Parts: sequence; structure tokens; C-alpha cells
Amino acid sequence: MRLGKIGNGLFSVLALVASMGMAQAKSDIVVALQLEPPHLDPTSAAAGAIDSVLYSNVFEGLTRFGPDGSVNPGLAESWEISADGKTYTFHLRSGVKFHDGTDMTAEDVKFSLDRARDDDSANAQKALFAGIENVEVVDPQTVKVTLSAPAGNFLFNMAWGDAVIVAPESIENIKSNPVGTGAFKFSNWVQGDRIDLEKNTDYWGTPAKLDKATFKFISDPTAAFASVMAEDVNAFVSFPAPENLPQFDADPRFQVLVGSTEGETILSTNNKLPPLDNLKVRKAIAHAIDRQAIIDGAMFGYGTPIGTHFAPHNPDYVDLTGNSAYDPELSKELLAEAGYADGFTTTLKLPPPSYARRGGEIIAAQLRAVGIETEISNLEWAQWLEQVFKGKDYGLTIVSHTEPMDIGIYARPDYYFQYDKPEFQKLFEELTVESDTEKRSDLLKQAQTMISEDYVNGYLFQLAFPTVANAKIRGLWKDAPTQATDLTAVYWED
Amino acid sequence: MLRYFFKRLLSLALSLLAASVVIFLALEVVPGDPAAYMLGLNAQEDTLNALREQLGLNGTILERYLSWAGGLLTGDFGISYTYRTPVADMIGDRLWVSLPLALYALTLSTLIAFPAGIWAASRRGSYVDAGVMGVTQLGVAIPNFWFAMLMVLVFAINLRWFSAGGFAGWDEGFWASIKSLTLPAIALALPQASILTRVMRSSLLDTLGEDFIRTARAKGLSKGQAMWRHALRNALIPVLTIMGLQFSFLLAGAIIIENVFYLPGLGRLVFQAISARDLIVVESVVMLLVFAVIMVNFSVDLAYALVDPRLRGRR
Repeated sequence: MRLGKIGNGLFSVLALVASMGMAQAKSDIVVALQLEPPHLDPTSAAAGAIDSVLYSNVFEGLTRFGPDGSVNPGLAESWEISADGKTYTFHLRSGVKFHDGTDMTAEDVKFSLDRARDDDSANAQKALFAGIENVEVVDPQTVKVTLSAPAGNFLFNMAWGDAVIVAPESIENIKSNPVGTGAFKFSNWVQGDRIDLEKNTDYWGTPAKLDKATFKFISDPTAAFASVMAEDVNAFVSFPAPENLPQFDADPRFQVLVGSTEGETILSTNNKLPPLDNLKVRKAIAHAIDRQAIIDGAMFGYGTPIGTHFAPHNPDYVDLTGNSAYDPELSKELLAEAGYADGFTTTLKLPPPSYARRGGEIIAAQLRAVGIETEISNLEWAQWLEQVFKGKDYGLTIVSHTEPMDIGIYARPDYYFQYDKPEFQKLFEELTVESDTEKRSDLLKQAQTMISEDYVNGYLFQLAFPTVANAKIRGLWKDAPTQATDLTAVYWED
Repeated sequence: MLRYFFKRLLSLALSLLAASVVIFLALEVVPGDPAAYMLGLNAQEDTLNALREQLGLNGTILERYLSWAGGLLTGDFGISYTYRTPVADMIGDRLWVSLPLALYALTLSTLIAFPAGIWAASRRGSYVDAGVMGVTQLGVAIPNFWFAMLMVLVFAINLRWFSAGGFAGWDEGFWASIKSLTLPAIALALPQASILTRVMRSSLLDTLGEDFIRTARAKGLSKGQAMWRHALRNALIPVLTIMGLQFSFLLAGAIIIENVFYLPGLGRLVFQAISARDLIVVESVVMLLVFAVIMVNFSVDLAYALVDPRLRGRR
């Protein structure tokens, strides 16, 4: 009896506390992401989470990525490229102001680019700026960038989140108080919980349709599911539990967008470690893998098979999945030819994401079927970077390479695959200096074919980009050509 | 008394010193480079070196230990590698979530355990007693994160009374914050309350079997009077010990619950910091928790003296 009263009391306290909810206004949005940014400076960390919050919303570069991955004018309205391809003259938009009220001029562009390529720079993508020889302010609206050699992808490079334009006046506190030129300005960060952005009423371009945007950070897949079901969040970008997507799809309250990312998920292979240095062995591994089984088993069917290190949605993509079709018999023959008829044992080191952990189990079983034994070890990211990426102490590993257009890593012999092929390096050098679209396309196709036929890595699938959102939200990006949650065109339908 | 106090203080300082050395060395042997974690797959070697220099990671072990421990003494916890803000501020912010949550859970658990334990003990062997014992058995056995998910399913997803997680922030008002801490606090309190109820009951039963209770009854006190006036106070000592341990546990051990409810508390901070190899944050938070545990135990010792006059006179 007395316990019953206590129970009732508790219940009424619960009900009282619970009744203090708030109604949802239609000019704000709560977007959930899995990872929280470590700080808010996109120009000094690799963390994609920084760009996921700030890219295009708060910070803008000379050029910017569109929803389909195309490179569009950003803070530079137009540009001219000299005949030798070495000089880019950018004409900046007029009337662009930073969120602190100062004008964005050519001086700021020079400052940003010089800062990124400085010796003390902590820019994670410093290679983007390596070709810059000199940045010159012509007048407040014009800036001239001189390169040491022609670079066909310079405009593409300038669209990256690591190349956004920052101001010298606000650089000191950028990590906690980012000041950019975008359609939203930063308002508040409760570390560990959320970041608030509000509409920039002085924006130079089409103003944002939302007044307020809140990013929440929910890493646990179960909590992610609950937060969407309880409608605590209006959208969950890059939803971490693919197994729940059909349930959301069937619920009229929600819409599910499954797009593509720039993340090539590959079975990275140590090309210097015997017996993996043998082309036949690598080819045998490629034919032993059933990609669709991995996509179904590890990603619940979400993901596009790839046969090379290139995004399938890119116009220059070549479908090379046929080079490594699932054929365990051929795989066994190749192993016998290479002198490993009885198979061999190697290591398989797996970082934390579920594509790697779940996919690793499946690949291990598929490799065992042709006689290759793997010793699986599960690593944290920091350990993975130390042992695999830096120490090159591994046989096989699974990882998704999420940087856009990153086929250039195959031209770096010291990169952790240790693929050292002069022909490819030469090809990539040609590509770097080529700015003719057609010739570039041809070279890119050659590059894709070369690494596919060399079986540098096991090419698995393009990581899918699932977004779950309230059915009334419009304007979200379906694909993720770069890590960004561009909210500038997002609105609520009545 | 004063000599005893200083002796305690000295042993307190020595424990803290030993803890600081152990924590620092344990984290030093963990592999992983914070700079490599921050800069990712495309970073160049010169960029990594520049960042390591900025973070002060290039000194010897002894230099880094001394600068960290020296800072702690003056209240300077250093600068977080990843967040680049003072660790002391970060801990301060997180304490505003973790401390209220721990207190809330402890209050709930006490409010449940005291009446339930006394009630069960006073009706020993009855259905009431069996019922309380059965429910608490269940409470100890159910993992709190599972119970948390169950509550989210019922109260957040189906009934929509609560949000599924997150913290409103004290700026949003007292009740909004309390509301967002309610489900996590219940999830944390349930196993604690179950343990505390069982301790309360058995301790009370032990005391009720003592000679002085029989004497009190022989003096003419009713069973209830004997319990309230004599037994309860004596039965409190083991209960206080458990409560002290529980408070330390609630402060430090809410990592899983904070992740289930994505609360920005200390546990989640440590969790994130470990995976990012933000060693200075991990070291400082763990050190703070050691300090908290030692202080809680010290306070519990003082509380013994309050309920047991015999302890006040000693030494």
C-alpha cells in the first residue's frame, strides 16, 4: 500500500515534469550528426565533423561544391586562367561581409591561402596548396594566384572545407568562435551536446530559409534510433544504424534519403609484405571476395559495388567490377600458380566503424574458403593510425577513404598501401598539370584501370549516405560529395 | 585529534601523488599519437611535426609529467589537445551535468531504499518482505543501460513524455534541466536503490537482534519505538558506507548511461577523449575523480562520527 503511494507519487512527478514540452516552430531545425567536431576551425584538422557543421553554412571558399559534386563559384564570382595554366585571377563578389561586420576583401583571401601553406601550418590537407607559388592582391576585389606548375584541379581544390576564407581579425578565436561569410552565423556551442547557428541577415547571396539551426551529436546507434523515433531531432544525417532504415521508410512521419558519398570502402593491402607483394596473390584475394554478400551482410544492402578507387557517381567513373568478379575456383587456381596451393596466413586489422568490423568477419570467412587464413584484430582509430597507417605493420585492413577525388594517394609510394609504380606516378603527374576536361577524363580512366588491373587493394563498395528526416523537410542534400550538411536551401513544407 | 587530522591529510596527499604517477604512466604506454588522430589520412610529416610542437608533445616524459602535475597543483589543468580550450573549463561545464545527475540519482535511490528497507525489515518473513526482496533482486540483476533503453521506448517513443536524450542546459530553466535528467537518473538509481534497500534491511535486522534492543523492549518500548529510537541509528553505518561508494560510482561510472542518453557529462567527455587520445583531458578527469572518491570517503568517515558518538571520542 505504502509502496503503491510512492509509485503513484513518482508517476505524477514524471507526468508533471513531462508536460513541460515545447511546440515545434517551422523556421528552425534540429539536425543530428554522429560525431562532434573537436573544434570549429576547418582549416586545421582532418575531422570531417567540422565541415559537417560549418561547410557552406558558416564558412565559404573561393569556389564551392554543389549537391552533385560540381564546382561552382563561391566567394569568387568569376575567374580567368592564363594561357599557360599557371595564373588564376579571381574576381571576388562585392559587398561580402564577415559575421563580425568586417568586409571580405582580397587581403583576406591572401591571408587564408598564405596561412594554409605556411611552414607552421596545421592544415590537414596541405597538399591542396602545395602548388601555390605566390598570392597577390591586385585590388580589393581581385586576387591573383600564381602556381609553380599548371594544376588541372586547382578550382576543385579551392572548394574543399580546408580552403575556406577566414579573416585575420578573428583567426585567434576561430576554434571556439568561428567567423565566416556564410548564410548562417555561429551562435553557441554546448560542448558534448550541441552547436547552434542562426540566420545571417546580412548575407550576400540568397538568404537562408531557416532562422535557426541546431546540430546535436549522438554517436550511439541505439540512441540515434530513439532520438529520431521520439522526434527529438528533425533530421539525422549519415544515420549510423542501416538496419533501422526500412522501419523509417515505412513510417509516414519520416523520409529516408539514401545517397552516395566519396567514401571508397576498400580492403587495403600491404603491397610490400610477402606474399601480398605478389600480383597473383592479390588477384586471388580479389576474386575470393563476394562484394554483394558484404554489402548485404555488413551494410544491410546499402552501398554500390566498385571495382576501382573512384566514386561511381562521378562522370569519369569506369565500371571495373568485372576485373574482380566473385570466382573462388579461379582464386584457388591463382593461389596455386603463385605457389600457395595450401594457402597462407596474414593479418586483418579492423578500425571501429561497423562496415569494417562486420565486413571483416565476412571477408575472413570468404578468404578462408579459398585457403587464406586471417588473424583478425580490432583496433581503435588511434591504434589503427599508429600501427597500420603510420607503421605499415599489417597485411590487410578495411577502411573507407572519404576524401573526394583521392586517387592521387596511389602515386605516393610511402602511403600505407606501399604501391610503388613509376607508370602510375607519371600518369598522375600528367593529370596534375592537365586542365583540358577531355584529356583529364581520359587520364583518370587510365588511372582507374591501372590500379584495378594491378589489384592494389580489394575494391569493395562505395559507402552509402543515409539521411532520415521529417517528411516535411525539403532541400537536404541527398548525396555527400564532400562532408557537409548544407542547410542554406533547407525549409519546412506546410 | 589535530595530529590525527594532519596524519589523514598527509596520507591523502600521498595517495593523490601516487595516483597521479600511475595515471600518467598508464596513459603514456597506450599507443597512439594525438596529432595523427587530429590530422587524418592525408597529413604530411612536416604538418604533423608542427602540430606536435604546438601541443607540447615533443618533450621527454619527465618534462611532460612535471608540467602537468605542477599545473594541477596551481589549479591549471592544461589545454585540451583536440578542443584547444582549458581542461578546467571543460570539466567545469561537464560537472554541471554529472554532479546534479549523481545527486538526483542518489536522492531517488535513498528515497526508495530507506522506506522500502525499513518496511521489509519491520515485517520480516511476510509477503511484503518477500515482495521487496524479489523486486530488489530484479533491480540488481537488470543492467541499467537495458532498463534505460526500455524507459526510452516507453516514455520517449511511445508516450512522448520525455525526450529520448540530451540535456536542456541550465539556461533553459531548472525544470527543463531536471526533466532531461529524470530518465537517466531513474536508470542509474534503480540498481543503487535495490542494493541499498537490501543493505538497509539486513543491517536493521542485525541490529534488531542485538541485546540492547531486547533491553529496550523489556523496558516497555513497543517494537516500533525500539526500532525508531534505537535500532535505526545503529543500522545506518553500513548504509552510509554503501551510499558513499555509490556516490563515487555515480559520478565516475555514468559513462554508459551518458552515452545512451547522449548527455554532455564527465563520462562522455572521458569516453570521447580516450578515443581521440586527448590524454591531458583523460589524465585530468581521472585525477579529479580520484580526488572526489578520496574526499567522499573522508566525508563518510566524518558522517560515521555523527551517527556513532563512540567514534567521536577516539584519538
